[in-house]
Amino acid sequence: MKILTCPVNGSRPIQEFSYGGEVRAMPDPKGIGDEAWADYVFNRSGEPGIQREWWYHIASNTWFIAERDTISDEFIRTYLWEASA
Amino acid sequence: MKYRLPAQPGEWIDRTQELNFRFEGAAFTGFAGDVIASALMAHGVQLLGRSFKYHRPRGVYSLAGHDANAMFSDGTHTHWRGDSVLLAQGMDLRAVNTIGGLKGDRLNFVERFSRFMPVGFYYKAFHRPVWAFPFYEKQTRKIAGLGEVNSALLPTASPKDYAWCDVLVVGGGAAGLEAAWAAGETGVRVMLVEEQARLGGSLAWQHGRNLAVQQACGELVAALAGMANVEIRCATMAGGHYADHWVALFDAVRMTKLRAGAVVYTPGAIEQPAVFGHNDLPGVMLGSAFQRLVHLYAIKPCDRMVVLAANSAAYGVALDMLAAGVEVAAIADLRPDGEPSVLGEEVAAAGVPIYRGHAVYEAVPRGDKGGLRGAVVAPVDDAIAARRGEIIACDGLAVSVGWMPNAALLSQAGVEFSYGQTLEQLTPIAQPDGVFVAGRARGVYDLAQQREDGRVAGYMAARYTGQYDGEVAAAPQTAKEAHSHPYPIFPHRGKKNFVDFDEDLHLTDFANAHQEGYDSIELLKRYSTVGMGPSQGKLANMNAVRILAKLNGDSINDTGSTTSRPFYQPVPLGHLAGRRFHPLRRTSSHEWHRGHDAEFYHAGDWYRPEYYHHGDTQRDECIVQEARQVRQSLGIIDVGTLGKLMVNGPDAVELLERLYTGRFKKLAVGRYRYGVALDERGVVIEDGVIARLAEDRFYVTATSGGADAFYREMLRWAMIWDLDVTLSNATGQLAALNLAGPHSRMALAPLTDLDLSPEAFPYLGVREGEVCGVRALVMRVGFVGELGYEVHVPAWEGERVWRALFEAGAEWGVRPFGVEAQRLLRLEKGHLIVGHDTDALTHPYEVGLSWAIGNNKRFFVGQRSLQVYAERDIERTLVGVRWPEGFKGALPEECNLIISGGRMVGRMTSLASASPLGYPLGMAFVEPDMGEPGTRVEVRLDAGVMSVAEVVALPFYDPDDERQKL
Repeated sequence: MKILTCPVNGSRPIQEFSYGGEVRAMPDPKGIGDEAWADYVFNRSGEPGIQREWWYHIASNTWFIAERDTISDEFIRTYLWEASA
Repeated sequence: MKYRLPAQPGEWIDRTQELNFRFEGAAFTGFAGDVIASALMAHGVQLLGRSFKYHRPRGVYSLAGHDANAMFSDGTHTHWRGDSVLLAQGMDLRAVNTIGGLKGDRLNFVERFSRFMPVGFYYKAFHRPVWAFPFYEKQTRKIAGLGEVNSALLPTASPKDYAWCDVLVVGGGAAGLEAAWAAGETGVRVMLVEEQARLGGSLAWQHGRNLAVQQACGELVAALAGMANVEIRCATMAGGHYADHWVALFDAVRMTKLRAGAVVYTPGAIEQPAVFGHNDLPGVMLGSAFQRLVHLYAIKPCDRMVVLAANSAAYGVALDMLAAGVEVAAIADLRPDGEPSVLGEEVAAAGVPIYRGHAVYEAVPRGDKGGLRGAVVAPVDDAIAARRGEIIACDGLAVSVGWMPNAALLSQAGVEFSYGQTLEQLTPIAQPDGVFVAGRARGVYDLAQQREDGRVAGYMAARYTGQYDGEVAAAPQTAKEAHSHPYPIFPHRGKKNFVDFDEDLHLTDFANAHQEGYDSIELLKRYSTVGMGPSQGKLANMNAVRILAKLNGDSINDTGSTTSRPFYQPVPLGHLAGRRFHPLRRTSSHEWHRGHDAEFYHAGDWYRPEYYHHGDTQRDECIVQEARQVRQSLGIIDVGTLGKLMVNGPDAVELLERLYTGRFKKLAVGRYRYGVALDERGVVIEDGVIARLAEDRFYVTATSGGADAFYREMLRWAMIWDLDVTLSNATGQLAALNLAGPHSRMALAPLTDLDLSPEAFPYLGVREGEVCGVRALVMRVGFVGELGYEVHVPAWEGERVWRALFEAGAEWGVRPFGVEAQRLLRLEKGHLIVGHDTDALTHPYEVGLSWAIGNNKRFFVGQRSLQVYAERDIERTLVGVRWPEGFKGALPEECNLIISGGRMVGRMTSLASASPLGYPLGMAFVEPDMGEPGTRVEVRLDAGVMSVAEVVALPFYDPDDERQKL
């Protein structure tokens, strides 16, 4: 079982976490065509490499970002969301 | 036990403890410390099992569990492995996979038909005619397979355990003992696991006669035993390596899930077989197996043996034979120059004939085929000579032609291997962080260097954990000469040359599979099943790769190898099975429900009353009675499982506006609204009520099953949007109950300080006040379609308030009602349940929720996708369906399909087989043109017959919502 480091609670077994998908900025719904919107909603790149992912520490209700290498399945680093980021 | 030798220096048996056991009906004795196979061998029993496909006689081959020749059953345990299971008093054993017993196995005729069973025959044969396949299947299953499952066995719970250490050392041989000692010396917490019953590894058998080595081993074991930070677990197998050094350990009774900071693998090397005619006969064994028999169990298995050699280990075996009183008839050494070390001279000096550059081409079977009477020895690569080669009389044959690193767990851990021609074996070339390999698995064969290699790995692992910062010396070089023959395969026409003993695969099977196009190792494995038997290719995979490389004209590295997966050895399913840890949530009035004969069911984590038993009344009738009482007078239901979320702060209304489809800016304080939430695809994911308690204070209810996930999304969106809100999930802190029915106002009024008059507290109102002297939040709700009050109080007051309201309702004959009655009541009202009447694709327009979507809102999640749906025609619509009054025929289940003209046109989402209205009713998705009231729909029941229903307008009951507005 993998270990994931929550920025608040430290290293914990992966069972304590819930995966929240790739970090993606929502495009402005007002100025976007149907196809481009559908692309945002339904398609994921799946490209191997370092991906930014949402993770949630269930016991403490903590959302944070993890950078994970999807080729080696290694977490590179984790940090809390910054609204400006 | 006439084959037992006098006491050996490091033997594992305890001669003071004699054990009685039975095998195939006959009585035997053995010693404590014997494994099943050694106890039988002590009596000269060489025939220990029958092979998987041809039912060929088999005996000890590796004595290390690397083959599956000797498997036993006592009727309860189906697959006791003779090489490793310790003998116990009173065992009553039979060999698996025979009919009529091991000796006279009536299935041995199968071998005569072997030419009709080419590789992959079960993919090709028996499929025509199709009707006959079940017969063939039954027969094949009887003949093939390894043992019978005892279906009468009572399941026993196998405990799980968890453990932690800084450094795990897997393998307690020379390198492993040193690694554990070195790591232990640095002060980190060490665990050493050894598959065998005792520590020592190859020290115990390969160096069995060397008293200095035995003494050094004993001292090392004693030193480890004296280290408080070192835990030793013998008879424990590391079965799988998972992410971040999470290792599954198995012993006789349990699985232990171990988390290690670093892992040192010192699993040693597995001696590999040679392929020649009848190489599977009992009496043919690995040199290491002979040494294990002699040194661990003091057994002399044969009187006169031939040794097939390709390394110096074979000469050690020959010397062990001489010391044990076995006549060495000959050594056939595959190497043209023979043995360069001093061992060669010692063996020659003892008068053993050495045939350099010679191979064994055939083990010649005895008349009864249960053993051998000789070995055909001829020059290597001279098949013609082989046919008339010299037969050297012998009753045993030891094979010592090469080794392969015991790599299964290393591969799982991510260690990469490469084949090198210096050693003619695979050696690790790259290791992931925190994984260290030492000893023979790394290609280090000299004993002093094995020990040094172990120490280096132990220190490195300790340093990896960050708790040791000493300098670590460089690891010793790997061996400079090959200990393995590059191609120990000597085809013998017409005789069975076995490559995989588990699966009875012989050399021609590989050639045939290759000819049929299975020229990659992964394909070849799946077609031929090589390496797929109980020993997982420990003895077969390397030779299979060699054979395929030769057939393809490729190198070993280009040929590759198959993927190693858990488990290293088969483990009892009982060790894996177990309870899952599920949280169980009970509402505050749980005990009251129990006391009132509630039938509980699991709703997610929650335990909820489904209905309450009522004398001898049947389930469906109980439910209808409960529902009728709500309609006619008064009912009470525990809705403590509702999600209860607090949304407070200046931006609270903004958050709700963005999360829900409806409008909340103008929602008055003291009022609530029904809200629907979507995901970005526009799919309905949640519904509930949003109550405004103050300008910046909202109380939100969510579905019992979806509340946690929805709360999670609330948190994320609030963070992304940087809104000034405080969110808390009060689901567990608050109890909730719903008092429903025309008499609910009269029942509640005396117990609260709130003015319940319709003017002061209208439908869709929310009030904070006291109920039974407890601070409460009360909402006038209408989910079940009657006048009703939902009362939320702190969980620790929940049961008291419940009891008080129940007592107050006695005057109106109050009945508690369960989830089923509630579902029935809301169904009559046409209220959908998200996740029950909706699915993962349902958008609001399909389920009549367009009224809940706020027009001209600036933004809400899912809005953009809804704009796309709004321009399209819907593909289905949720409608009410009913059967005639008093209908007594068969009814569908929820999710049964609606069929029209042979086509699926919809499905049932909810169904009530009985209702206070007197007829069965439900909701269903249908195609939009079938949504008109009066349309006839046909639902296909599980049995295949059709049931006819009629589409009706929703709701079924009180279309003007007059009852809930009383």
